[in-house]
Order: sequence, then structure tokens, then C-alpha cells
Amino acid sequence: MLDDFLLRALLAGLCLALAAGPLGAFVVWRRMAYLGETLANAGLLGVALGLFLHLPMTLTIPAFTVLLAMLLLLVERRGLLPLDTVLGILAHGSLALGLVILAFMEQVRIDLMSYLFGDVLAISRADLLLAAGTTALVAVVTGLFWRPLLSMTVHADLAAVEGVRVERMRLVLTLLLALVIAVGMRLVGILLVVSLLVIPAGAARRLARTPEAMAAMAAAIGCAAIAAGLAGSVLWDLPAGPAVVVAAAGLFAATLALAPRAR
Amino acid sequence: MRRYKLTNPPIGKHELGYPVDPVLVSGRGLVLRRGGRDVLDRVDVEVRAGEIVTLIGPNGAGKTSLVRLLLGLLRPDGGEVRRRPDLRIGYTPQSLHLEPSLPLTVRRFLTLAMAADRQHLLALLARVGLDDVLDRPMRGLSGGELHRVMLARALLREPDLLVLDEPLSGVDINGQAELYALIGKIREETGAGVLIISHDLHLVMARTDRVLCLDGHICCAGRPLEVARDPVFQRLFGQRLADVVALYRHGEDPHHHDGHHHHAAIEAGEPQECSTTSS
Repeated sequence: MLDDFLLRALLAGLCLALAAGPLGAFVVWRRMAYLGETLANAGLLGVALGLFLHLPMTLTIPAFTVLLAMLLLLVERRGLLPLDTVLGILAHGSLALGLVILAFMEQVRIDLMSYLFGDVLAISRADLLLAAGTTALVAVVTGLFWRPLLSMTVHADLAAVEGVRVERMRLVLTLLLALVIAVGMRLVGILLVVSLLVIPAGAARRLARTPEAMAAMAAAIGCAAIAAGLAGSVLWDLPAGPAVVVAAAGLFAATLALAPRAR
Repeated sequence: MRRYKLTNPPIGKHELGYPVDPVLVSGRGLVLRRGGRDVLDRVDVEVRAGEIVTLIGPNGAGKTSLVRLLLGLLRPDGGEVRRRPDLRIGYTPQSLHLEPSLPLTVRRFLTLAMAADRQHLLALLARVGLDDVLDRPMRGLSGGELHRVMLARALLREPDLLVLDEPLSGVDINGQAELYALIGKIREETGAGVLIISHDLHLVMARTDRVLCLDGHICCAGRPLEVARDPVFQRLFGQRLADVVALYRHGEDPHHHDGHHHHAAIEAGEPQECSTTSS
């Protein structure tokens, strides 16, 4: 029953959920959800360019999400336009450009749906390796810089006066986000990947009294959603990506019903 | 008299056996432009170890901008800021917007500055006049409690310089007197310099060594009584307030008389005519 591809999907999914827990907490605290969407859309550009240049997508997707993240950090500083406008331009610009490039390559036939909503069957050994590596990286970096990252998130000025390199920490966080998005979009797709960051962290908010607890609970809830979603996919032949997100949303609804009011 | 001389920096944790630069932070000719307007126009300012400097001025005078320049949070368009190397700053911002999605207890907020055990934190809270609120969520605190907690975080790192932006908002009158007494005590115990922004002048003036009156540029500067007598100050803040200040200073503190000769910095910021008030 437990086929190879399913095992790969499960392992990659658990890796993703573990990384998305703490990172998702930062996404919620710092209101970076739309940034995540933008980076995910840049992933489609990575898909298109990978096909166009005959490069492995396992590399081109994270390359493009990271590239766009860097670009955003540069643009953000000299802003006449509000950040969400800039993000809107880049998000839809890169999604549209990706679609145009894909249409342009007549000899290539791809299943667009599998990129928009994820494809468990497509998880290769290399993807799994990237997922594991990303998780390890997220664990090490957030572990090392937890206090400065959190301090900057609570109050950037206070953190800066106390010696935190705020700009550098913001870069670290954005790059980690770009990597996790790149990993997640193979599994649950461009349109759903941000939900894996936002929903578990949102569900953990009501249960947690400290930021550390919230990050840990988000990781646990994410893992549960991955397991439940993949099980549903196997048992009832549901599409895996959407099933995972539905499971996460169900867990979120459960915390609304069960947990006491926010503290 | 028990006052220390500023020319001999107070003995504290920085007594290292060699002279320590008494100037903690200084700005020279600071210019800040925003939207084609000079928010700050050639402002000189310095804070020395062991002195309490109060920055006053009407709304929009650039007080917070000046402090942000001194803290290194903004870059000036002209002039330069110097901070003593390895200067430890304790800072309380004017307000603290806390993200509701981020669960944060008082203990966790304090230890963002540095790790500390429960006993130490409790002692610190007691010092700023708070009971054991360590396990209370930050968002449950009143405005006054929040400012005390911010002060506790500033003190946790044993700063050389305390920068307090409107530290008394939300604190009741008794609490204000208490906190000012505390700030004075900390200055004496540690030799830290203190820079306070305020437009709430009464108690500030009573506890201040030096006042800088800012309105885009330094309009007047000096000891509180001198500044209160300055026509520029009276124009900006009204005669009534000047009287209040004079009242507070009268018969208070034995130190402002011997303050005359040991304070070179006052000469640097001697009252000057305030050009913006001309019609």
C-alpha cells in the first residue's frame, strides 16, 4: 500500500510542515502572507524557465523564488508605492510571464494544474532532498537567530538599539521563506502553498502563550494536516494538495471551537 | 555637596583605570530633510555621562527625529552623529504597537533584550514600581504599566545612556514623580546619562540638569531656570509654564548653583535667537 512515491510525499510533507511551523509563525506575526504569495508565483516563472532552458526544476524554482525575494528587498527600500502594490505587480507579473512563456513553447505540454495545485506523484528524490535540506537549514538558522528574529518582529527599533542587525535578519527571514515556498509549491501547488504557512500558525495562536509554543504547535498541526491529507488522498482518491489544506483548515476550525478566547 | 563633577566622570562600572570619554553621544550640525522640508536644521546636541538632558519642543519640532538620529535609527542628511564605542543604550520608544497574533508575556518581552533569571527580573520590576507581572500577557497591561515595563527592559542591559521618548504617557501623577525619582537615582548609582523627550514639562524640569528647546533647530538651551526665563521659551510655551518651571526650581536642588562652572556643554548650546518665530 505504502508506495515509494507516497513515502516520498509523506516525508517531504513532514519536512515542509516542520519548517513551515516556525516560519509560518513569523509570516503571521510580520504579515508576510502576501509576500509568500508573490514568491510562490515567481515559482511558476522558475517552472517555465526550467522547461525552456532544460534545467532541473528542483533548482530553477528555488532559484527564482530566492531571486525575487532579493529583488523585493531592494525595491522595498525606496518605495513611493505601498508594499502590497509592489507585491501585486510582481506576483501577477511573474505569474503571467510564466504562463506566457509556457504557452510560447509549443513543443512542451505540461499539466498546469499540477503546478497550481500540487502533484504528489511529481515529488522526486531530488525534491525530497531539497525539502530535507531546507528544513535542516530553517531549523539551524531560526535556532541560532531566534532571539534577534523575535526581537526585531516585536519591535524593530528596540531591537536595533539593542544591537540586532535588523536588515540582515529581515534578509535571513525572506530567504528562508523563499526556500520553503519553493519546496511547498511542488507538494501543494502555487495557489495553496501559503496556506501551509498561515493556517497552522493561525491555529496555534489560540493555544499558545509564548511565541516558542506557537511555533512548535504550528509545526505539529502542520504535520497532522499533511498526514491527514495524504491519508484522505490514498483512501478516497482525493487530490493530495487540496486534501492537506482542507485538513489544515479543519484543524484551524477545531481550535476556534475548542480553545478559550485569545489571550 | 554630594554632587559629582562632570569633568570627572562618576565612578561606576566604567571605571577602568583610564579616562573615559564623558561624552556618550553627540550630534554636530545635524540636518534632516523630509519632503523638501528641513525637519532638523543644523542641530548640535550632546549627552554626557551622569547628566539628565531634557529635549522639549512643540509638536512637529523634530524631537523624535533627533532622537532617532542619535540612536542610529535614521541617517542624517547632513552633519554627523558620534556615539562612544560600545555604548550601551537603554531606549523606551514613545509607544509600543504589539502585534495581536504574537503571544508575549512580560517575561518574554523583557528577555528579548537579554537572558535573565526570574529573581533578577522581579527585582527589576519592583524597581520600576510593578508587582509580579512576569507571566501576564503584554497586551493585558495598562498604558502606565506598559511604560514601566519598557523602562525595565531598558534598564535590564545596564545602559550607559538611557533614552526615554515621552516616558510618562499613561502614568498617573504620583507614578510620574516616582519614575523621575527613580531615573535620578539610576543616574546617581550608575553614572548613566539620560536623554528625555517630553512636552509634559513640570516634573521633567525639576529633575533636569540641562534643557534643550527644539523647534527644527535649537532655540534655547541651558539650565531649566535660564531656559524658563528665555523669551524664546516663553514664546513657545507661554509665560504660565515658565512660571511653573521657576516655581519647581525655586528652593529645590542644591546642585544647580555649583553647576555653573563645570559645564562646558552649556556654552556650546547657549540660548540663541529663534528665527522661526519671526513673522
